[in-house]
Amino acid sequence: MAKQTVSPAVSTPAYTPRKEDFVFLPKRDIETDKNFASQSYWKGVFTHFFKNRRAVVGLVIVVLIILFSIFGPMLSSYGYRDIVQYRNEKNKRVVAKGISPQIPALHELFYGEAPDNSFSEYTFLFGTDDLGRDLWTRTWYGARVSLLIAFITIFIDMIIGMSYGLISGYFGGRVDNVMQRFVEIANSVPRLVIVSVLAIFMPKGMGLVIVALLLTEWIGMSKIARAEMLKIKEQEYVLASHTLGAGNMHIIFKEILPNTIGPIITQVMFSIPTAIFTEAFLSFVGVGIVLPECSVGTLIEDGFNNITTLPYQILPPILVLALLMLGFNFIGDGLREALAPKLEDM
Amino acid sequence: MTKYVLKRIGLAVLTLFIITLVLFLLVRIMPGNPFPSERMSAEQIALKRQEMGLDDPVVVQFFRYIVNLFHGDFGKGTSLYYGAPITTVLTTCISNSFKIGGIAIVLGSLVGLVLGITAALHKGRFLDGLCTVLSILGVCVPSYVFLIFLQYTFSFKIPFFPYFFDPSRFLFSSVIPAISLSLFTMSTIARFTRNEMVEVFDSDYVRLAESKGMYGRSLVMKHVLRNALIPIVTVLAPLVVDLLTGALVVEKIYGINGIGKLMVDAIAGEGIDYNYVLALGILYSALYIGIMLIVDLLYGVLDPRIRVSAKGGDD
Repeated sequence: MAKQTVSPAVSTPAYTPRKEDFVFLPKRDIETDKNFASQSYWKGVFTHFFKNRRAVVGLVIVVLIILFSIFGPMLSSYGYRDIVQYRNEKNKRVVAKGISPQIPALHELFYGEAPDNSFSEYTFLFGTDDLGRDLWTRTWYGARVSLLIAFITIFIDMIIGMSYGLISGYFGGRVDNVMQRFVEIANSVPRLVIVSVLAIFMPKGMGLVIVALLLTEWIGMSKIARAEMLKIKEQEYVLASHTLGAGNMHIIFKEILPNTIGPIITQVMFSIPTAIFTEAFLSFVGVGIVLPECSVGTLIEDGFNNITTLPYQILPPILVLALLMLGFNFIGDGLREALAPKLEDM
Repeated sequence: MTKYVLKRIGLAVLTLFIITLVLFLLVRIMPGNPFPSERMSAEQIALKRQEMGLDDPVVVQFFRYIVNLFHGDFGKGTSLYYGAPITTVLTTCISNSFKIGGIAIVLGSLVGLVLGITAALHKGRFLDGLCTVLSILGVCVPSYVFLIFLQYTFSFKIPFFPYFFDPSRFLFSSVIPAISLSLFTMSTIARFTRNEMVEVFDSDYVRLAESKGMYGRSLVMKHVLRNALIPIVTVLAPLVVDLLTGALVVEKIYGINGIGKLMVDAIAGEGIDYNYVLALGILYSALYIGIMLIVDLLYGVLDPRIRVSAKGGDD
């Protein structure tokens, strides 16, 4: 009611803004500093990381190997423990022992005939080993085992080392002194010695490898975490949080931890290849993964045992190992540069 | 300076003592039986235990062990090299391992330095790329893989070098293991040298030396290399330790009678030999700590700034 009485008094109709009323400002006036202001910290790290050709190559290699280690065994029709065999017309077993890599179609293309063995229709991309197992399946299955061991142990090591270093650095003083002396002693025991003593306690196998890695790899992580903590703990926001009544654990793990995560992840990237290397080493020596399971290390050992008769057998696991090392090292280098870019790279 | 050195040495000895204690306790308190029991009757085991003094209290055993250690006596093996005194076995093994390891370190450092310097002087050009690829290869592939390849190519396909180690032709047959062991050292040193030298080339004092008219070899040798070397010395310690680890498999594969092979036999052989594990554990720890100590002190000699700050008193 009231509205109707008022509206006739205002004669002009309501103005609706049109598109032309709005004009863009000249671009130069609103340009911002792309390097710093417009990007969040992590976005900056990512763009910097992906600009680095090596780091991207490393990432692609690692992702490819991870994908292959997940899907590679599925692509093959043989299991990693299966001996490829069939029964011939006389009902005798024919086992695919020591067949070098073959793809029948390609073989026919190049030589005009099927491969000259009793498995002429079978495809073995990496060949078969001395017992007649498909090496393609075994290689990727072994890579899966090695990667899993590395990821699991390094993840746990990260948590242990990070907490240790952060707590040691945060409290400082006597706590730090005692904790660091312990690290010093733990750090002066060679990994070999730890492994050999463990071998007395534990049965050979995956457990031994995991415990050996758990006992050694956290130290590097804790050193990085402590150094970061010492850098950060004097900053104002920590003091502010403290003043507001936050507890020590809250400050360490909720306030400071997120700011130390970059260097720790870099350290993780360097620890993973160490873990893979150690696993391969232990398995090669014979205290790591035991048969019939396989890992990169046992595959290299198998290849070495047959090197004079089946020299192609050692190549796939070695290539996988080398590419993994390469990939993770490149990623680590790339991350380190991306987290602390030098001025000239900006 | 003397105080700093003494403090470092004291700490190293203390650490070694603690490690020995822990190792000893772990090995002695271990449940189970250190002898391959399937082949021995209960009376034999009891006799053997008594002979080796395993029935005494652990404290007594430990002090006896320490006293024997000072006499250079590591005791006797329990299963592996039955009855032979460990010290006798160790002496031959150590000398073999050290000779080959020494060759590998010297070879690796020299070639690595040359590669690194070449790469730094040709920064961004073809030679730099080549050296980078070489050093990446050396870091990514374990030494025993190199050994397998060298052995396969130069001892099996082209039978020039012996297929296994032959002590009567020491130098000739240590070529392959020494080269494969040196590759990791070589590539790490090459990469480090290159990066350090590139950094030093950019520094103000090198620019000053250049502007004063210094160039060529004397600039590289006197100003760049000397300062680039300091950080390189620090990587040498972990490198030597890595070499020890790598030597384990290399010695095992190539049949070299060294401490690495002994270690592999002790942990992965038929029965684990407790006393060998203990002796080798102490030996490896001592080596490791000793190398760290030497590098720490060497670092002080090479870089005067460290000496000054050490006098100023860190914690």
